Amino acid sequence: MRVGLFIPCYVDQLRPEVGLAVVRLFERLGIDFEIPDAQTCCGQPFSTAGEQGQAERLARRFDAAFAAFDVVVTPSGSCAAHVRHRFSDRRTGRRAGEAGGRTRELCEFLVEIDALRGIGGRLPRRIGLHASCHALRELRHGNPSESREPPRVEPVRALLGGLAGIELVELARRDECCGFGGLFSIEQEAVSCRMGLDRIADHERAGAEIVTSSDVSCLLQLEGLARRRGSPLAFRHVAELLADALAPEPPAPEAIDGPR
Amino acid sequence: MGHVSRARAFVADAERTGWHDQALWFVRAKRDAAADLVPDWEALRSEAAAIKREALERLPELWIEFEAQARRAGAVVHWARDAEEHNTIVAGLLRERGITRVVKSKSMLTEECGLNPHLERQGIEVVDTDLGERIVQLRHEPPSHIVMPAIHLRRGEVGETFTRTMGAPPGLDDPDALTALARSDLRARFLAAQAGITGVNFAVAETGSLVVVSNEGNVDLGTALPRLHIACVGLEKIVPAQRDLPVFLRLLARSATGQAISAYTSHFRGAMPERELHVVIVDNGRSRLLAEPEFREALACIRCGACLNTCPVYRRSGGHSYGTVIPGPIGSVLEPARDLVAHAELPHACTLCGSCAEVCPVRIPLPQQLLAWRGVLAARGIHPRRRRIALRLAAEILARPIGLRLFGGLGRALVRALPAAFVDRLARPWTRQRALPPIPASSFRTLWKRRQSAARASAGARDAGDAGMEGG
Repeated sequence: MRVGLFIPCYVDQLRPEVGLAVVRLFERLGIDFEIPDAQTCCGQPFSTAGEQGQAERLARRFDAAFAAFDVVVTPSGSCAAHVRHRFSDRRTGRRAGEAGGRTRELCEFLVEIDALRGIGGRLPRRIGLHASCHALRELRHGNPSESREPPRVEPVRALLGGLAGIELVELARRDECCGFGGLFSIEQEAVSCRMGLDRIADHERAGAEIVTSSDVSCLLQLEGLARRRGSPLAFRHVAELLADALAPEPPAPEAIDGPR
Repeated sequence: MGHVSRARAFVADAERTGWHDQALWFVRAKRDAAADLVPDWEALRSEAAAIKREALERLPELWIEFEAQARRAGAVVHWARDAEEHNTIVAGLLRERGITRVVKSKSMLTEECGLNPHLERQGIEVVDTDLGERIVQLRHEPPSHIVMPAIHLRRGEVGETFTRTMGAPPGLDDPDALTALARSDLRARFLAAQAGITGVNFAVAETGSLVVVSNEGNVDLGTALPRLHIACVGLEKIVPAQRDLPVFLRLLARSATGQAISAYTSHFRGAMPERELHVVIVDNGRSRLLAEPEFREALACIRCGACLNTCPVYRRSGGHSYGTVIPGPIGSVLEPARDLVAHAELPHACTLCGSCAEVCPVRIPLPQQLLAWRGVLAARGIHPRRRRIALRLAAEILARPIGLRLFGGLGRALVRALPAAFVDRLARPWTRQRALPPIPASSFRTLWKRRQSAARASAGARDAGDAGMEGG
């Protein structure tokens, strides 16, 4: 299986440590991967702005960059949802983005291949899980609180839940939007910030030390608000938590035996 | 002034915003609990969605069937192409009979058509009899919610309104006392009314009957006392058969308020002896929407308001911020169909969180429709200037990896070099309430490349070392 890693444009520029965490994680888990040079952006910001033409152009670039891979993995529920569901244009019926069907959000991928079986890992922290709306309601990672469908696996919870010492705190509203919404965060600054502040208050009340999510964009929104008002909350992508928490690689036999 | 500035003004009152959000979240939570008690809630939603879609497919024949059945049962059926025709028909019916006092039970359609001001201009008094609707009528405000028209008001504000308009003692804010006061004031108006106007929740083609769902008994009183009942119904309210009703009645109250069933479900079929029943069927843009494959499903809406209650933007911006008869997600889909330019901000007043689609009892794909409107807006070049520039610039930068590398690198270097306060000002409005993230010196790509060459170098050194040992 040839795995291509898609590091979203804003993660590349603003949160490189998330990309590096995925690299560390994959190396630790023995997953071979490549990071094609031709990648830039999945096109989501253009699609949500209604600019289908520009979105399609980037969809074709995405397709070309990942044409040779069996699976495309990305540490973003939102980008994955876009690539999977929105590459096709409802209005014109045109389709770009044949890579959509092969694209997986990171946690979803790790659960699918059962990558953490027998790996162990420890994270003695109180973690607030911020549900990414697009991972939840578009990729159907877990069950939205509105839905009465049969239970589904929530990959982030499944992965973190297996770590020793972790406490996932109970939120009053477990899947309300953080208010980011791309351009919404700028154009509707007042409402966007109020939404984010309400989320932060929920995590604080629940006693979280670290807020995590499968989406960096949600975390940037929440972290920006929290830092400005001096909240002690930390914000880390789930890849960072997993990379740190997984037990170090079993030492090589020669290391155990010592120099002969 | 559009949604953005009205929403900003609403949010500026942090305490009211918190209270408004909590009040609606409480209703959403009641809806969740009510859905829990229905064994197969999701299947029920699918059934309702299928019935509505079938009804939309067969709309013309169903209405013709309705008309024939309603006439047979003794009702008079009128067709109104638009709001103006609707208002003219209703006013004509009242004038012909010399009627000057009318009671009305809540109807978003008559709100949409602007019936009240039309009748008032002709010297006809219209009293809204739903409590919430009456409160906003006394305040000369539009409803802020399609099911709870006065949800934006606190009881103290209702007390002030009643003091001003009904002589309530100042400072009265006890809900029971306020309700009792409104009730006795309304009772006299019911008794004096010469006609009752109602909206309609469901028109049944098979029987020619009408169903109106309410909680306060005002529909029954307002139609039982006067000799004339005028029922105003939008084209989208048709359902094929009587057996379809339970599907919708089980969903409607649960989705709207979390009640298992509303207090009153009133069925009207034909006129009672010595009475008149007139049904005014209104198009007002609905048939145009029906012809739009991307948006027609919005006509399946049963006006439960669940999408408003769950919408995190609606809860924090208030119904009036939308500047439309129907606010919230469904309004942001329906209203641009009437006037795209005037409502250009509405499809963007949304984070695409998707919650609305999950609660909708008839499974309207609201987020996809909002996205589709954004596409229509973009195709017609209707963007605020700032958005247009930002998108064009971003598209150029992201078109090639070199663009992202160059502009990203340049941008990060600048932000790191410039004084923080200056950068903060440049990055507004993002930084009005948010700190900028710490800007890294290197992109992921650079760090990754560096890591790879270091790994290659150390692998090379190890190989060299191994070779040396073997050699030695």
